[in-house]
Amino acid sequence: MPTTTINGRDVAVDDEGFMTVYDEWDDSMGAALATAIGIEMTDEHWKAIHFLREDFKAQGETPTIRRVSTAGGIDTKQLFVLFPKKPAKKMAYIAGLPKPHGCV
Amino acid sequence: MTATQDMIVPSFDDEATEGRKLAIICSKGNLDMAYPGLILGNAALGEGVELHLFFTFWGFDMITKGRMEHLKFTPVGNTAAHMPMALTPLPGMTKMATHMMQKSMDALDIPPVPEFLELIKGSGGHIWACRLSADMNHLKKEDLWEGVDDIINASDFIEMTDGAQLLFI
Repeated sequence: MPTTTINGRDVAVDDEGFMTVYDEWDDSMGAALATAIGIEMTDEHWKAIHFLREDFKAQGETPTIRRVSTAGGIDTKQLFVLFPKKPAKKMAYIAGLPKPHGCV
Repeated sequence: MTATQDMIVPSFDDEATEGRKLAIICSKGNLDMAYPGLILGNAALGEGVELHLFFTFWGFDMITKGRMEHLKFTPVGNTAAHMPMALTPLPGMTKMATHMMQKSMDALDIPPVPEFLELIKGSGGHIWACRLSADMNHLKKEDLWEGVDDIINASDFIEMTDGAQLLFI
């Protein structure tokens, strides 16, 4: 498993660069990850990312777009605006979580 | 020094999927055959792929108000239902099979057809209805689900899906 330096700290990541240790993440990490993929974080972005973090903790898996919209209360259309093109993967990356496994 | 100097950043390949287009022709009105197109279409949108769903023939039930919420699954003639074929046409069997399928979809948090279409629409998918199917069923745009972009003919569809990858379901 490779490690990489994010925000001056060494953290474990998978081959693609997704963080693999839940507790190595904090908001400053999230902000650095967002910058790396060209996303400027706003309160709305953080709302989605914090939902992902909480839901992962509770459910043991990364929520899908549908779950972020139904359980997290953020409209699907808005998710595509906030995290263009590939919201599910981009949110997971910024939140320091694995890519979602669910199909829907 | 930049903090992100040694960072491994995933390639989301936004440029690679630029211009990728998928068109799915949904021609079946059975509950079990409604899902493949919706699931694949939704997945495509989540990957940044432009999506066009074209509803034709029996698939028209999926976007017809008053029918879209009542699609059924029948084990009749379906050997993969793993039950004696002689039992499949018994009264109540389709109702029971439909109920069971809905239950297992629900357990997996797969939304019912109308809600699934909402999700696809909200993700930027395009929904087209077939002109011939509308005429055959004497249906107008107001009889169809409000998310339908338009009723179009076969040539419109071919024109619009120029360069697209195509799936017929």
